[in-house]
Amino acid sequence: MDQFTLNLLVVGATFALYVGIAIWARAGSTAEFYAAGQGVHPVLNGMATGADWMSAASFISMAGIIAMSAAGGYVQSAYLMGWTGGYVLLALLLAPYLRKFGKFTVPEFIGDRFYSNGARLMAVICLIVISVTYVIGQMRGVGVTFSRFLEVSTDTGLYIGAAIVFAYAVFGGMKGITYTQVAQYIVLIIAYTIPAIFISLSLTGSFLPQLGLIGGYAPQGGDITLLGKLDEVLRELGFTAYTADTTGMFNMILFTMSLMIGTAGLPHVIIRFFTVPKVADARSSAGWALVFIALLYTVAPAVGAMARLNLTTTFWPSAATGNALSGEAVALSDIESNPSLSWINTWRQTGLLAYNDRNGDGRIQYFNDAPLQAVNTAVANATTAFTDARTAAGLAATTDLTAEEAIQVNGEVNANLQTLQAALQTALDARAARFAEVTYGGRTVAELGWVGNELTRVDNDIMVLANPEIARLPGWVIALVAAGGLAAALSTAAGLLLAISSAISHDLIKGTLNPGISEKGELLAARISMTFAIALATWLGLNPPGFAAQVVALAFGLAAATIFPALMMGIFSKRVTKEGAILGMLVGLVFTSVYIFLYLGWFFIPGTAVYANTTANHFFGISPLSIGTVGAALNFIVAYVVSMVTKAPPQDVVDLVESIRIPKGAGKAQAH
Amino acid sequence: MSTSSSSKAYWAANIRIIIISMIIWFACSFGLGIILRPALSGIMVGGADLGFWFAQQGSIYTFLILIFAYAKIMNNLDRAHGVEE
Repeated sequence: MDQFTLNLLVVGATFALYVGIAIWARAGSTAEFYAAGQGVHPVLNGMATGADWMSAASFISMAGIIAMSAAGGYVQSAYLMGWTGGYVLLALLLAPYLRKFGKFTVPEFIGDRFYSNGARLMAVICLIVISVTYVIGQMRGVGVTFSRFLEVSTDTGLYIGAAIVFAYAVFGGMKGITYTQVAQYIVLIIAYTIPAIFISLSLTGSFLPQLGLIGGYAPQGGDITLLGKLDEVLRELGFTAYTADTTGMFNMILFTMSLMIGTAGLPHVIIRFFTVPKVADARSSAGWALVFIALLYTVAPAVGAMARLNLTTTFWPSAATGNALSGEAVALSDIESNPSLSWINTWRQTGLLAYNDRNGDGRIQYFNDAPLQAVNTAVANATTAFTDARTAAGLAATTDLTAEEAIQVNGEVNANLQTLQAALQTALDARAARFAEVTYGGRTVAELGWVGNELTRVDNDIMVLANPEIARLPGWVIALVAAGGLAAALSTAAGLLLAISSAISHDLIKGTLNPGISEKGELLAARISMTFAIALATWLGLNPPGFAAQVVALAFGLAAATIFPALMMGIFSKRVTKEGAILGMLVGLVFTSVYIFLYLGWFFIPGTAVYANTTANHFFGISPLSIGTVGAALNFIVAYVVSMVTKAPPQDVVDLVESIRIPKGAGKAQAH
Repeated sequence: MSTSSSSKAYWAANIRIIIISMIIWFACSFGLGIILRPALSGIMVGGADLGFWFAQQGSIYTFLILIFAYAKIMNNLDRAHGVEE
């Protein structure tokens, strides 16, 4: 059976399973649609939360971000700590109280606690901005996975994905989504861990990737640790060591914090805790969610380190058992003929990987050429200027630009060409001087005969998607990774779409526009808004606004700066007033988005950024990714100060706060 | 709901447990994983230094223990104050 048929079978089988679950778990009431009837077992809810939470970014991109980081793999630990530490905040500070509150949506709590429809509306706006930006990335993930593994266009893949989500989200609501997510979790965790176990066995002899990461490097008999080996190989090739310390500790702290607070403030994650039967279950359910998330998150850094080492030893075969530079780089003829290297050209066709034999030696040298980039660019620019001037003067292409004839027009020396040739010569001399000075493994670039890095592109996503092929695992594992990537993207998309549709049907329509709507009418409104949300997400997926990673920054930054502080103050303070909460959210929203827009462009429109997005330009070295922490702090301060000078909340609100602090008497959620 | 002395004591106890938990939460991730890493680089956990291990493995395990411990302690506290469901 060929790989394509296998992929089709495995992905088709998982899709049939999801649709089957959707038919079995149709929602009959708004309670079932919004909160799965509050009857989901904490362990199952934890699994569903895991799938809901782990998006295409966690499954496909995260290990690669850690593996390929230019500043070393350690610095990217912020993702690992940030995206798990948020669950501690959820379990301790939010989940049990919001479950006790016993209603369906995040804006509903904010509206009731801050006794104002304005606060509720403000929360709806934040929720929709956060969730819509997040859902675009998921839809793209679905499209890309489809196009790579199932040989359809990205757009067709998107339509198929949207149709599947439509089937179980619109009919099943939270109930259908929850049980489908349980199945999706099982698919994605198997798909992620199987390749990791095989690779850990071959590199470290350890069955558990978590132990392999800190284990010995098996191909050298365990005399050197895996991380030590990786550091050594990377340093030899001029890269930053994998375990190198951060050069921006303050920013790393703020970034980790921003991801933690952002996680705890993401509405589609918070609403998961409305689905469990009791307050005590909300506490433990956060723990179960983290158990299932940790299964992937503790494997991911091992996948990252091992994939980076595998990639490097693929291009420097002698690095597998010794020094990279004691042997030659991989030969082009080998890449074409050796079946164990066929993945390189497979992925080259997708554009996610690119190589270019710049020095024409028939081998691909992979190294960090940052020290050579300036002189190479200078030579390239000088060459272009010179050849352009020659073309303008009507001269034919010449192979030797440094020759005397190269500046002659009709036998006469041309002054302009002469100047440009001199400039080229200066650039060439500077490059030669640089090449004689920069060394790799004790030899100069000139001695090695290198020109620059020849593995010109390695997309982060390859580290997970190509993992089974790099490790030469059987075809069904490759098919499973395709199904896993789709499960991760679809489950997150469904959770986000539910958060959006419930904010529209429950908070906007029932809460504000038409409070008298019947339960049947509200259920219909929920389904219609879900359909619109899917259509919008599909359209945005087809026409992405040209930013992928940035939207994640915005979603987390905003969740951290708006929703989390409002919820926390609503629970832990009886004194915070509606004016304080609304102004706090507004300041958090405006400050955070403006800071992000300053560096990434107004509304992400290319070319409108005020400052270049470099560390030197950041205020106090704080990158736009980390600004959510500052936004959250401002939100807390503004809310506190404003509350002190405004009229205290009424007694019924004080009673509400006291009642949510005590588990007794939670019962089922009421539809008012 | 009345602000009985028992429910006040329950809430005060809860806040105390939360603060202790948050200190552990901060210490394992921001403390050992980031701020103290350079100072503790000599201590190894297998093939990784302590800070690296806490940043990529240890803090996640600590978070897990922390959440389940909090859930267990709070269930006991709920019963002791008669506020369980």
